[in-house]
Amino acid sequence: MNKGAASGIMEALWGWPPPVFDPAGPYASSVTTLAWVLLALGVAVTGIVIAALYVAIKGPERWRKKLGGEKAVWIGGIAFPAVVLTGLLIWGLALTASLTEPIRGREARVRVTGEMWWFRVEYLDPAGRVIVRDANELHLPLDRPVVLELRSADVVHSIWIPHLSGKMDMVPGRINQLRVEASRTGRFGGVCAEYCGGPHALMGFVTQVHEAADYDRWLAARAARQAQPVAAGATPGRPGAVVRDPAEPQRYDPALGWTLFRDTGCAACHRIAGTEANGLAGPDLTHVGSRLSLGAGILPNHRGTMIGWIADSQSIKPGNRMPSYDRLSAEELGHIAAFLEAQK
Amino acid sequence: MQQVAVAAALLTVVACKPPPDDRTSLSADAAERGKAVIERVSCGSCHAIPGIDWPRGGAAPSLEDFDDVGLIAGALPNTPGNLAAFVRDAPAAKPGSTMPPMPITAAEAEDVAAYLYGMNDE
Repeated sequence: MNKGAASGIMEALWGWPPPVFDPAGPYASSVTTLAWVLLALGVAVTGIVIAALYVAIKGPERWRKKLGGEKAVWIGGIAFPAVVLTGLLIWGLALTASLTEPIRGREARVRVTGEMWWFRVEYLDPAGRVIVRDANELHLPLDRPVVLELRSADVVHSIWIPHLSGKMDMVPGRINQLRVEASRTGRFGGVCAEYCGGPHALMGFVTQVHEAADYDRWLAARAARQAQPVAAGATPGRPGAVVRDPAEPQRYDPALGWTLFRDTGCAACHRIAGTEANGLAGPDLTHVGSRLSLGAGILPNHRGTMIGWIADSQSIKPGNRMPSYDRLSAEELGHIAAFLEAQK
Repeated sequence: MQQVAVAAALLTVVACKPPPDDRTSLSADAAERGKAVIERVSCGSCHAIPGIDWPRGGAAPSLEDFDDVGLIAGALPNTPGNLAAFVRDAPAAKPGSTMPPMPITAAEAEDVAAYLYGMNDE
């Protein structure tokens, strides 16, 4: 069972220091530096304006004359803003260009598609072919830039991982690129940062940063699992992945769960590699048992939340595209959850 | 004769008293910790729980007024000990329960019980 924190959304927005002031990589650092400089300039300008106001009201006659003179307007009203704002514009454009720089060579490539209201995640090989399909979480290698290829399947979304990079919109019919890089391992939350309809506030995801070698192994294992040929009859899952709780001998049966999964129609929207379940409308469930969250970064992943989500996702995330399967009995839900837990 | 009847009546009353691990021993600190556990594990995925704004799942019974309920899951006397055991590993506490075991420690389970009893103490 995964005992991780509940919510990628909370991880993205909550905590001390606040995630936006706690960069965990070079791209986020550059954004944070610019933010601090903007804050400092804002404070300085506010201070100058207040001081000038004081002089204009209560200052000595000579100072007031100077302040009201043409020279003061030329310097304070035109030259200063022109120089500062031009400098900031150049800085800002250069920073944006570095965040959106296209692929040069060794970067990992991940396609992230905004959907109402979850993130489709596809890992690409250097030729741009999809090798692993996943959802609502992003695994990254340490100290290696990753280029996110951002798309939208429906409306405008925006991806924001405050610890790792700036925000970037996901616009229908367009491919945007955003670079992320992590210089420390750990888990970082992300959110959709552009209102995209009803459950927008419950559209999040989780980022996990691995040591580079661990990441390579992880990706290779997942790619191998995803390439597994379709086998009729067998219960899908990694061999040996089905661990039964000794305290609960055989009560819930993954094999029965698979039958129920198929017969209830889950496969119409959900894919599990190597099976006839090949629906692409909803998140790929090939690795759902090891998912860091459920419901797009909003729930921890364990038996209880899995059952609760399948049975009544509409209470948890009102308006989401998955119906509540309240016609399944508690026993049937248990079997399905046991089956899904085995999909590592 | 009348005295015997009164004594018998009193005895029944005494027999109905809550067990020794009664609710007054549950501290506000424990309830506070219990709330954090409930939020982390997301008990709300299935239960509507007072004081937990989101989620309020509908898959399992609402826990409004839970401290006035006589039996946990219709089977176990509603005592803190039983409740802590039940929220941690329901199938072990009540064979046949459809609530799955929860990823929490025994101490965390006691805190959750403290929260569930403390929520309607007005």
